[in-house]
Amino acid sequence: MSEQVTYRDAVGAAIRDAMTADDRVFIMGEDVGRYGGTYAVTKGMIEDFGEDRVRDTPLSESGFTGAGIGAALGGMKPIVEIMTVNFSLLALDQILNTAATFRHMSGGQLNIPVVIRISTGAGRQLAAQHSHSLENWYAHIPGLKVLAPATVQDAYAMLRPALEDPDPVVIFEHVMLYGRTEALDKEATVDLSSAAVRRNGSDISLITYGGSLYKTLEAAEKLAEDGISAEVIDLRVLRPLDDATILKSVGKTRRAVIVDEGWKTGSLAAEVSARIMEGGFWSLDAPVGRVCSAEVPIPYPKHLEDAALPQVDRIIAAAKLALGR
Amino acid sequence: MTREDLTRIFAEELTKIAPDASLDGVGEDEDLRDALDLDSMDISNLIIGLHERLGVNIPDKDAAKMVTLKGAIDYLAALA
Amino acid sequence: MTMSIFKMPSLGADMDAGTLVEWNVKPGDAVKRGDIVAVVETQKGAIEVEIFETGTVSKLLVEEGTTVPVGTPLAEIEGEGAKPEETPAPAPAPTSAPTPAPTPEPTPEPTPEPTQAPTPAPTSAPTPAPTELPAAPDKAGEKPVSPAARKLAAEKGIDVAKLKGSGPDGAIVYADVEAVVGPTHKKEAPVSGPSKPSAHPGLDFAEMRKAIAQAMAKSKREIPHYYLKHQINMRAASLWLDETNAERPPEARLLMGTLLVKAVSLALTRYPEFNGFYENDTFRAVPEVHCGLAVAIRGGGLIAPALHDCETLSLDDLMAAMRDLVGRVRTGHLRSSELSDPTVTITSLGERGVDEVYGVIYPPQVAIIGFGTLETRPVATEDGLDAAPTIIATLAADHRVSDGRRGALFLREIEKLLQVPEAL
Repeated sequence: MSEQVTYRDAVGAAIRDAMTADDRVFIMGEDVGRYGGTYAVTKGMIEDFGEDRVRDTPLSESGFTGAGIGAALGGMKPIVEIMTVNFSLLALDQILNTAATFRHMSGGQLNIPVVIRISTGAGRQLAAQHSHSLENWYAHIPGLKVLAPATVQDAYAMLRPALEDPDPVVIFEHVMLYGRTEALDKEATVDLSSAAVRRNGSDISLITYGGSLYKTLEAAEKLAEDGISAEVIDLRVLRPLDDATILKSVGKTRRAVIVDEGWKTGSLAAEVSARIMEGGFWSLDAPVGRVCSAEVPIPYPKHLEDAALPQVDRIIAAAKLALGR
Repeated sequence: MTREDLTRIFAEELTKIAPDASLDGVGEDEDLRDALDLDSMDISNLIIGLHERLGVNIPDKDAAKMVTLKGAIDYLAALA
Repeated sequence: MTMSIFKMPSLGADMDAGTLVEWNVKPGDAVKRGDIVAVVETQKGAIEVEIFETGTVSKLLVEEGTTVPVGTPLAEIEGEGAKPEETPAPAPAPTSAPTPAPTPEPTPEPTPEPTQAPTPAPTSAPTPAPTELPAAPDKAGEKPVSPAARKLAAEKGIDVAKLKGSGPDGAIVYADVEAVVGPTHKKEAPVSGPSKPSAHPGLDFAEMRKAIAQAMAKSKREIPHYYLKHQINMRAASLWLDETNAERPPEARLLMGTLLVKAVSLALTRYPEFNGFYENDTFRAVPEVHCGLAVAIRGGGLIAPALHDCETLSLDDLMAAMRDLVGRVRTGHLRSSELSDPTVTITSLGERGVDEVYGVIYPPQVAIIGFGTLETRPVATEDGLDAAPTIIATLAADHRVSDGRRGALFLREIEKLLQVPEAL
């Protein structure tokens, strides 16, 4: 059943399968048509589905996101692609003030089943215009569901429930994941409420999501060489957070380090940490640790970019600190 | 064997069972189970101890006589 | 630089302001903690005010005769060995929230007019957040203890101050407490750590009381008990016991308690929902019956060490095991294994007790069987009244695991077994 595909192709296949299955589904965004997508996710799609369903838009995030919201109000199932999370801020007014609030403001009469895909994260030397991780800005907003698929499987499987959801769903795709190749089982399904335990362990819980998952798994491997058994949790749903999975793990390991490419101040890592305090304080054996990005605009030079981001050695150091090793 | 001997032996056996129990201040007609907080297992062990020490085989039905110091010494003196 | 500010103190919850009546120090004076440095007039009269820093008075900020609100800086004090500076920024008070290093204030931005050239952004704009967070102030002299360790220690009645920490910065962590109380997945008998002879020869009654208190409070807090009682005719058992013992030397005789333990153990093999542990919202039945025998300790306290595999022992072996166990309880020579794993508890009042006893379940067990004192009671039969030796058996059981009907059948089973003592 399963095949080896890239994350990029898994996202593309999910969009194609959704468009094939449902006439109301279409995609719009900058360069999604003739250019084939900034990250080549929609390559060849315009030939297969035509200009009506694969729509190139002007460089106006607020305009085309608003158009997508309007289409959703009109009964369509739009997928809006925003090239990078930095640019999504231009559409934030539409996303927060319209998409996330219309159901509430209309007394439940109007819902907006739009899916907004946004690439996020650093690591490709795209400098401070294209490299930030602002997932937490969206995870802050009631009325949205926020997803961060980190595996090829989730990249494919999360789109369908996102499109089926009657309310807006924002999907973050980390730019460093597009080239990863993993097994994909198109039949397997996933819900939009649970985190995934990617590795079992007993000494410490490493909690992460998106592009940091593989760094965290590598850190867990290296910790194992030192006799430290680390559990790795992939949040994958950033709103609503799966408290039960987090607290169950921390209840078992009694220690947690959160790895989050966002800036530390006001981060998702801060939110997860606060929830652990609220729900798991009496199980803790050490302060909850956080490995986040340096509080600077993400730099262009490779060595500085690397230094600004969470890396394997910092995750290992934070884990050992929590264990007093 | 005099009553004093019997009393000393009885006290020694009792101490083996209940190291923290002392006959000092216990009246000779006082119920030892109450005075020293002895239960049936303690009495059973006491009877075993006396059997080993004195060779007296006290049947269960006579165990009730062993629960005061006077009763016990009277009983043992009669057997001796 | 160590610089502190001496402020108008609050000399009572009702004090909003005070008048500085007199300075007892002047700039350049050395002061030490506890020195009287000023006199402050309040509604309650003149009060001599002490200082809590040691150092040198560098500047007096308020003149005598001035009335100022509580918290107003009165003087600057240089810490020991520090050189006075010209215009030192006020340092945060030790307990205040962490403040980032002071940044030069950006020049106030003029309202930009359309024709003006853009104002250059202040160069200090992005202040890097501190990477090392200041630690919350420790309580003086206290060793750090993790929440998990604190909780376990409280449950087990362990004084964490006596433990050695192996966690970050020498913090006492869960594993350090576990090392004292034994692995937590093991069951604890009513008495925890301190009574284990290996660690503490003899028994610590205060600790035992504490452990009993915790276990019993937890039980009543968490376990929904239900209670049943049943009167059992003990004529057959008494007769059989008298006949059996009559032929035996004292050391080979049986006690009625032995018959009771055996009958309960056999009944438990048929009603497994009363024998095992309820943990993490699930019940785990245990195939072997390890009866915790509640034994009172002279001087106070109670302990319920385990008699292992009771259902497989003959009455003679069981009697020997009970005699051995009770003897060692009396002399304080229990083994840790006996404290670790009873699957059920039996409490028997024996002679000189009362009619009925209703036990409190020892968690994580799910049942406790009680026997009152064996008494001769009137028993109505088809032929009329009989005066028979009887005992009242009770069951306190965990309603999360079993229901009253099964409990009743279980007590009936014990009764049935006791009617045929030779088969026990």
